[in-house]
Parts: sequence; C-alpha cells; structure tokens
Amino acid sequence: MRFSDPLKISYRNILAAKVRSFLTILGIIIGIASVIIIIAIGTSAQQLILNQIRGIGSNLIGVLPGASEEKGPPAGAFGVSITTLKYADLQAILKKQNVPNVVDGAAYVNGNKTAKFQDQSKSTAFTGTTASYINVESASVANGRFFTKEEEADLSRVAVLGSQVALDFFGTNIDPIGKRFKVGDQSLTVIGVLSSRGSTAFSNQDKSIFIPLFTAQKVVLGIDHINFLRLKVDDEKNIDRSVADIKATLRDQHQIRNSANDDFTVRDQRAGLDAITSITNAIKYFLTAIAAISLLVGGVGIMNTMLISVNERIREVGLRKAIGAKNSTVMFQFLIESAVITLIGGVVGIIFGALVSFLAAIIMQKLGYQWPFIVTLSSVILAVVISTMVGIFFGLYPARRAAKYNIVEALRYE
Amino acid sequence: MLISVKNLCKKYLNEGVTTEALSGVSFSIEKGEFVAIMGPSGSGKSTLMQIIGLLDRPSDGEYFFKVEYIRTLTDDELALIRNQNIGFVFQSFNLLPRTTVFENVELPLLYDERSDSRKNIEKRVGEVLEAVSLGHRVNNFSNQLSGGEQQRVAIARALVNDPAIILADEPTGNLDSKAGLQIMKILQRLNDEGRTIVMVTHETYTSEHAKRIIQMLDGKIVADGAVKKRRIAEGEERLLK
Repeated sequence: MRFSDPLKISYRNILAAKVRSFLTILGIIIGIASVIIIIAIGTSAQQLILNQIRGIGSNLIGVLPGASEEKGPPAGAFGVSITTLKYADLQAILKKQNVPNVVDGAAYVNGNKTAKFQDQSKSTAFTGTTASYINVESASVANGRFFTKEEEADLSRVAVLGSQVALDFFGTNIDPIGKRFKVGDQSLTVIGVLSSRGSTAFSNQDKSIFIPLFTAQKVVLGIDHINFLRLKVDDEKNIDRSVADIKATLRDQHQIRNSANDDFTVRDQRAGLDAITSITNAIKYFLTAIAAISLLVGGVGIMNTMLISVNERIREVGLRKAIGAKNSTVMFQFLIESAVITLIGGVVGIIFGALVSFLAAIIMQKLGYQWPFIVTLSSVILAVVISTMVGIFFGLYPARRAAKYNIVEALRYE
Repeated sequence: MLISVKNLCKKYLNEGVTTEALSGVSFSIEKGEFVAIMGPSGSGKSTLMQIIGLLDRPSDGEYFFKVEYIRTLTDDELALIRNQNIGFVFQSFNLLPRTTVFENVELPLLYDERSDSRKNIEKRVGEVLEAVSLGHRVNNFSNQLSGGEQQRVAIARALVNDPAIILADEPTGNLDSKAGLQIMKILQRLNDEGRTIVMVTHETYTSEHAKRIIQMLDGKIVADGAVKKRRIAEGEERLLK
C-alpha cells in the first residue's frame, strides 16, 4: 500500500462531510491559535518589561536598609521605617579603596507631601536625592537644569519637576522655571523639568518632584537616614565583585562582624530581572495550560467526528478487510485521517494566531508601547507537534474500533 | 484440490442461546468447478460461504485452502490469502461511495504487497473492465452506474488480482432478471475460461447455471451433485421477452 492512498482517502472523506469536518477543524484552530497567541503576547509583554528594566541600566546596584531574604522583598517594603542607612555609607562606598569599580552613586529619600502652586494643590511624591541622580539614572533635563552639588550642600530650596508634575501644575502655557511653589509648608523655586521617561518597573520619575537630599532630609522630613542607594558600576561584568565590596564596606561602616547580622540589603539589577522573568514565565505557562485545555476539547471533538465516520463506514471497513486490508492497515487509514484533520487545524491555527498577535503588536505600538511582534519558532513547532499528537491520540480509539470490527458483521451492517 | 472441508461446524452464541449454523459439513471443490450452494434462508449457506471465503473461522472441523491448513493461520495471513486468492462478489455490490470505477477496481491491488508499478495497475484494471464490458465507464463515479453495471464493476474488482476462486454471494439478488442474466453470462464465461466459481443462491433458476449444486438445509448438506439440465445464460434473453 502506497502512503499517498490513505492521504487521498482522507482528503475525500473530509470533503464528503464538509460541515462536520469544518467544525472539527475549527475546534483545533481555536485551540492552536490560542496557544500561539498566548505564547506570542506573553513573550512580547515579557520583552517589554525586561527592556524597561534594562533601560534603567543593568550596571546598577541598589542598597536598601534592613536585612532580607536573598530573593524575598526587603524589610522596608513592608512599610517599616528602617534607619540604618546613612549618607556616610554612600561616601564610604564611593571611596576608590573600598569599592574600586563603582563610578558614581546617588542616595534617595522618598515621601509624599501636598504640593501647592497658586490655588492648585495635590498630594505628590517627592524624592530627595543627590546631584549625581542625573548621571546614575541616565536621566535628562528637558527644561532648565538639575541642582548642583553646591545647592545640595547648601540646603538650597530648589526643585526639579517630573514632566507629569510640571504639566499638572503649570500646563503647557506657563514656563515653570523660576516659579515658587510649596511642598508641604516649604517654599521651593523650580529650576528644571526632567524629560518624560514613562513608567519603569517600580517607579515613575515623571510623577515625582526632585529636591536636594539634605533639603529633603533636614528641612522637609526632619530625618537623617536615607531610604535607598543606587550605585553605578563601570562594567556589567564587575557587578558581582562590586556587590561583595559594597557589603564589606557597609559591614565595616556598621561594625558588623557576622553577615547574618547585616542591617542592609544589596541588590543588583539582574536579581530583579531574574525575578521578573520567572514571574512572567509562570504567568505565560499558566495561560498556555489554559489554552491547552481548549485543545483537549478540540481533541474530544475529533474523537467524536472519527467515531461517527467509523460508524458510517463500517461496510467500507468490512469490504476493505474482505479484499485483503490488514487490521493495522485499516487502523493506519483512520489515524491518518484524524491526523490530517488536526494538521490542517494546526496550520490554519498558527496562521490565525500569528495574525492576531501581529494585530495586537500594531495596536500596542500605536498606544506608545515598544511592543515587539514575536512568534517564536519553538511555539510553532510546539503547536504542530501538539495538534498532530492530539489527532493521533484521539483518533486512536475510533481507529482501533474500526480495525477490530468483525468482517461478516461489518459487511452486513446497514 | 482447491478447497477441502471436513466436518465443519459453526456455533453462534447469542444472548446465552447457542445456535448451530453449520453442523458437520464435508465436501471438496476442484479447480475449474462452478458450484452453486443452494438452500432456504437459515440453512447455513451464507455461513458456509463466509468460512470458505476466510471471512470467518469455523468453531470446529478442518479446512484446507490449496495447501494451507487454515486453523493455524493468523488474521494477517488470512488477509493475505483473501487478497491474492479469493475474489468476492456480494449481493449489495459493496462499491466504495464517492469513488470512481477505476479506484474501486484497483483496490485489491493497493493492498497487495507484491505491489505493482502504476502502469501495470492501469493495464490490469483496463483488462478486467473490458472483461465485464465496462471499459468505457472507467472514470465514472460508482453511484452514476446502474445496479447491473455496479455488480459488473464488483466482478472486475474480484478478478483484478487473478484469484484462484471467485465467491459470489447472491450476485443477482439485487438485480432485475435482465441484469441478473448478464451477470450469469459473465460468470459462465469466466468459468469456461478456467476460473473456479462458488455461488450462493436461494433461487433454483440461478443455481441451474452452475455445474454442480450443493443443497443445504438446517446446517447440513442434504444433496450434492451435478446439474442435470444446465442453463446457459448466453441466448436466454429472448426467453425474458
């Protein structure tokens, strides 16, 4: 028996019951298309998030006050105010003999105060930071300038606005530079507006007011600790070494002998990337599993169609066996038929899924996201393999039934 | 000797009741014979035909086909013998729907593992269709044919593998008398050419076209002998008018 014969027979039988075949194939199309769409959109979303994090810079190291589990959230994240991190720690880290690969660093304190300009007032986030912020964060100023080291040391009452804050308070018509406005009950002069950056993974620079670190600590908040340190390393490959150096320096600063008693947490960007990758992967796999359920339903549809087909063709099976078809040949015939149905569904599903993913990418790009269109080869291969397996698996029972049929009874079947 | 059966029995178990369709049937068939198996319905003639045709296995008794002792063969081995040695003609034709005459006739060749070249298959199908005078219908679909034509396609299909024996189960049962006669004419001609034919029928008239009649009743052979006044289908048409 030539291989083309069962294919020809399958083709003819699928055409003979057009509506039924179409509905069965539709079930597979939906299943396969959802697998492709979910994997494609999941991969794109993951890429978007990872790109945003990389945008901050992968050569950055963060230091938070308080101990934490290696992968868990830092203690400060639970709203507990921890005061162990000081400006002196930044100065110690920036010394070449302590951490040779760190090229710059910024300290941060954060808060929320009511900001007022003329008759407008709004609760606004503010960040007290060092003049090095611009360099460490690779931020840029759209209008005016950032504050200087001198202004930082002088407790100058100046402020640089995030682009959204500037827009909220001054609109597009008023130039905010030189205007005075209030954060809490302190009056500050606006000296600059930052370029819009959009939301990055954890914070939104556009919605914050930036004021010199000491001004924020001493004048606005009345504290002397800091919330966060961010350090820039000369090269990504020196991250591990620098993390170790920073830990040693801070232990020295805080007179800690045993690393179990650390009162700080050092995180590099990679740890964050890893965490986010594993979270987005988990979501992606979860959604893929849901899509797989629809494939399962499609598979049951195939089994149903094939059983009907076997029942309709019992006499044909009887005849084929009478003139010399072996049981295995009959079984092969029906398996090929269900595999052809699912393969057609698989191919159409892949095309349809890719098309939907492509449209989604275009819409997301129109909305301003850097949303890549990604349909991976592995997801296509997965879809083809799954659909064929579904066809063979769910075709097996009807095919065995056909092959096992008693010839005499089959020939007599009406 | 082509077929030899000894003390053949076939029992069916149906909802706890055993019925005996064949009880101790013995006979043999030589090459070149034209045998009609006759009997009323329920006499066991169809069961006998199915066992001779290797479509079913006997409950007891011995069966030799050519030199093969059938009892010890596997299903696949039986399928091979059916494919290469037996041509079936059924009462209800059993052509495949949505398929051309050519595709119906070539079917046994497709299951033949001595697989022939495409060209030889086409040549062979053409030959057997000419033998049943349907060479001009080769590309028609089977449902476009009349009953008589369909049965002739079925005969062509039975002939295509050049089988040792043709088994015809009520071949004229679904046909009008004219078409039936034509089938008998073809079977007689094939027999004249040396082909062994075994035909099951319940009509005395049809059975008289054979050379030998095996008469069955209640699962037993009650008579087995040569036809006294054999009918020749050629030229019988005028009797129908």
